[in-house]
Amino acid sequence: MSHKTNTPAVEGLFTMDLREPRLLGTRCRACGTYFFPAEKTFCRNPACDQTDLQEVPLSRTGKVWSYTSASYKPPPPFVAKEPFEPFAIAAVELEEEGLTILGQVADGIGVEALTTGMPVELVLRELYEDDEHVYFTWNWKPTRDGSDA
Amino acid sequence: MSKDVAVLGVGMHPWGKWGQSFVGYGVKAAQDALKDAGLQWQDIQLVAGGDTIRNGYPGFVAGATFAQALGWSGAKVSSSYGACATGAQAIGVARAHILAGLCDVALVLGADAAPKGFFAPTGGRRPEDPDWLRFHIQGITNPTYFGLYARRRMDTYGATQQDFAAVKAKNSKHGLHNPNARYRKEVAPEDVLGSVLVADPLHLLDICATSDGAAALVLCSMDFARKHTTDPVKIKAVSTVTPVYPNTIIEMPNLATDSMAGVELPERGFKESIAHGAYEEAGLGPEDMSFAEVYDLSTALELDWYEQIGLCPQGDAEKLLRDGDTTIGGRVPVNPSGGLSCFGEAVPAQAIAQVCELAWQLRGQAEGRQVEGAKAGVTVNQGLFGHGSSVVCTV
Repeated sequence: MSHKTNTPAVEGLFTMDLREPRLLGTRCRACGTYFFPAEKTFCRNPACDQTDLQEVPLSRTGKVWSYTSASYKPPPPFVAKEPFEPFAIAAVELEEEGLTILGQVADGIGVEALTTGMPVELVLRELYEDDEHVYFTWNWKPTRDGSDA
Repeated sequence: MSKDVAVLGVGMHPWGKWGQSFVGYGVKAAQDALKDAGLQWQDIQLVAGGDTIRNGYPGFVAGATFAQALGWSGAKVSSSYGACATGAQAIGVARAHILAGLCDVALVLGADAAPKGFFAPTGGRRPEDPDWLRFHIQGITNPTYFGLYARRRMDTYGATQQDFAAVKAKNSKHGLHNPNARYRKEVAPEDVLGSVLVADPLHLLDICATSDGAAALVLCSMDFARKHTTDPVKIKAVSTVTPVYPNTIIEMPNLATDSMAGVELPERGFKESIAHGAYEEAGLGPEDMSFAEVYDLSTALELDWYEQIGLCPQGDAEKLLRDGDTTIGGRVPVNPSGGLSCFGEAVPAQAIAQVCELAWQLRGQAEGRQVEGAKAGVTVNQGLFGHGSSVVCTV
């Protein structure tokens, strides 16, 4: 049993909810456009001069826009597991927000199991740990029944 | 008023891994460009340096670093950075000075000494820096983006890994006799397909290396040029555009696109807008181009550029390649220099090197890789964080 604390590898990007995590973005109350990572200072839509940005959890599910793999260990500041295990990466479109967001594909699922347009959901996975904390990041995972969940 | 500036001299330090300081590479390229122009260093009124971020403080103030190395002469100085598009920023500064009448003749110079393997962010914990964030939290490298675009081409247009390999084979032939290229060896498609997979569907030989190298241009007003040469190559346009919001294609080094919600989409995407800006300024179109130098960070990206610079409609790039249109001897050769495929990337020198190749081609001096009867050429390149880079030159 681990006594380590679960912690996001970087604060403020997602809810630390292992069952139903959400990415945290912002939405402009005036024009309705979204930002991830959260833009907190000003709306970046050139047609909008507002600064009223609301923090919002983003949709947990989306569809694969494209995908690739990391067959070689990325350099620091990535903290790679030893020995390095290759992973897949997906670019996922969130329909409501109109955003495409990158993330590793969970659980060693490789590119051969992925297709463009495939529904995926957000999960949290351990990225690295130290003596006191287990640090997490988000991953995309194909939905079990292939539905939009 | 004419917006032409003349390319009076060009020079390079060969690309490779030489284990020396970027400053020495730059000095060699500058000396070659000055010699080519028939000028002395003391004739230069402005030094426009392209910065490198991997070589300490001297790299951040490259203009002054080169000026000091060449010998303080009292010239005006500028140093600019735009990631892979750094060279276009430096060209833009020199051209603007010349066209505004603030100087007659300028030296544009970029050089780099690159690390081995993946480019990575500079040190320190910086969660606010998208470049740091993507590496730390997802292990996303530059080839990740190349892989995503390549897969998208396959799924959208039916491109194959064989098509990508054919781009490498073509470029390897183009660069065979280029004295400044790092890789001068013919590569067969099966060599590419047999090399290790780096970022599926791309193999090691689909992805450009990182290199040391330097490139320099002597640019001047048309009046100044007429006193030194006849019929100089002219820069007709320099496009350094940013995207128009929302930029809906995932771009290095971001983890997400802009949002499409609540906003109208721009008339053209970012990559399509880059050369378009140069064509508009030049009053020319893609149909006027004899050849193109495009930023082939990967083989698949070269195919994207065919469409994004208007050589063919969306989805037709593979056909253009297979028909031999983009091979030397074809309708519109692409990367006659051999491209990044044969050079590898020396970041601040690259956009300048593209213009060197335009000049050699348009003068008929591209020995062993000459595009016969070349009258006009276009470069295109893109620097991360939203830097467009495109130059149109004519004879």
